[in-house]
Amino acid sequence: MRDPALFEYACRLGDDGLVLGQRLSEWCGHAPMLEIDLSLANVALDLVGQATHFLGLAAGAGAEGRDADSLAFHRDVLDFRNCLLVEQPNGDFGQTIARQFLFSNWQELLFADLVASKHEGIAAIAAKAVKEVAYHSRLANEWVVRLGDGTAESRGRLVDGLEWMWRFADELFDVDPVLQSLIDAGIGADPRRFHPSWDARISRVLTDAMLDAPKPRRAVVGGRIGRHSEHLGHLLSEMQFLQRAYPGAQW
Amino acid sequence: MVVTTATGSDLKALVFDLLSHVPDPEIPCVSVVDLGIVRDVKPGAKPSVIITPTYTGCPATMVIEQSIRAALDRAGLQNMAVETTLSPPWTTDWISEEGREKLRRYGIAPPQEQQTMCPQCGSSRTEEISRFGSTPCKALWRCLDCAEPFDRFKCH
Repeated sequence: MRDPALFEYACRLGDDGLVLGQRLSEWCGHAPMLEIDLSLANVALDLVGQATHFLGLAAGAGAEGRDADSLAFHRDVLDFRNCLLVEQPNGDFGQTIARQFLFSNWQELLFADLVASKHEGIAAIAAKAVKEVAYHSRLANEWVVRLGDGTAESRGRLVDGLEWMWRFADELFDVDPVLQSLIDAGIGADPRRFHPSWDARISRVLTDAMLDAPKPRRAVVGGRIGRHSEHLGHLLSEMQFLQRAYPGAQW
Repeated sequence: MVVTTATGSDLKALVFDLLSHVPDPEIPCVSVVDLGIVRDVKPGAKPSVIITPTYTGCPATMVIEQSIRAALDRAGLQNMAVETTLSPPWTTDWISEEGREKLRRYGIAPPQEQQTMCPQCGSSRTEEISRFGSTPCKALWRCLDCAEPFDRFKCH
């Protein structure tokens, strides 16, 4: 059944996971040590799995004849609905952890609220995913402390990473008319509700890491309506290569 | 080929028994029933077996579904559908006692909140090396007594 608002929302939830999953996969075989390689690949796997479910749900609410795969591989930059944070380049390990730290803590709180969604499908995916994402935030939080309270080198890299990522955090809490209509319907979760909890988590971990929070800055937004940074196009050209070169190819 | 005409609770018992011989593709010492992946059997004109994935991103999900399909077909249950449900979400609490024992014998510490015992020597002096292991469901641990590294099934 066509439901444009639900389609939009499910794409936002799915694209966050898909794009970050793809980004983290870039580390596979390149991470500083084997355990980190395994961790990042596992986190990527969870995120892509969650994205598959959300995009499957979006496909059911969108135009006929599409499925999770066609949404992932046959859309271009303007149709992606992920937040800008997740498409930011990996940079070094410090920058990757900074991005994961801001995102996973947000996503965990989001899914915890979505468990109560009136939409059965969203609630079921959230209930399953929240347990996985709890692992992701724990991993990121521990690394923030380890790097921040580590050597001058590790600390410097994490601080640079946070400086880069910080401007994209506000978008996570943005509520536009689409999201507002779903919040009103009891389907979407209101990020303003858990914003204080997110602030508290971030500041607790940064304190443990002996770091100050970066200074507030002008937020960069637009991902939720398809206004992306240049980085997303490059990511998609790699992720979608096979379907672009051989349209409709099947496994 | 075995053709079955079982219905109701007989059918449920038959299918669970059948699938208790279908191994998990990544941890073949345990079956999909031991792991709690097989949830229920719905009898009726269009019977179905209800399964649930472990981790959302588990790459074995599709292989598991295909193995279950193949086992049903071999037993003459071609008309039985395989349905996937996400709710309630899978938890390691659903791993049977038998499944836990099989994991231990295989060298994987079964999920346990309190203490992680070395599956090789039984020591409780163990430590975590990496929270993420070779598959989404396992973490990497080490025994401080026998010095062997081992996998631990994560509580989930």
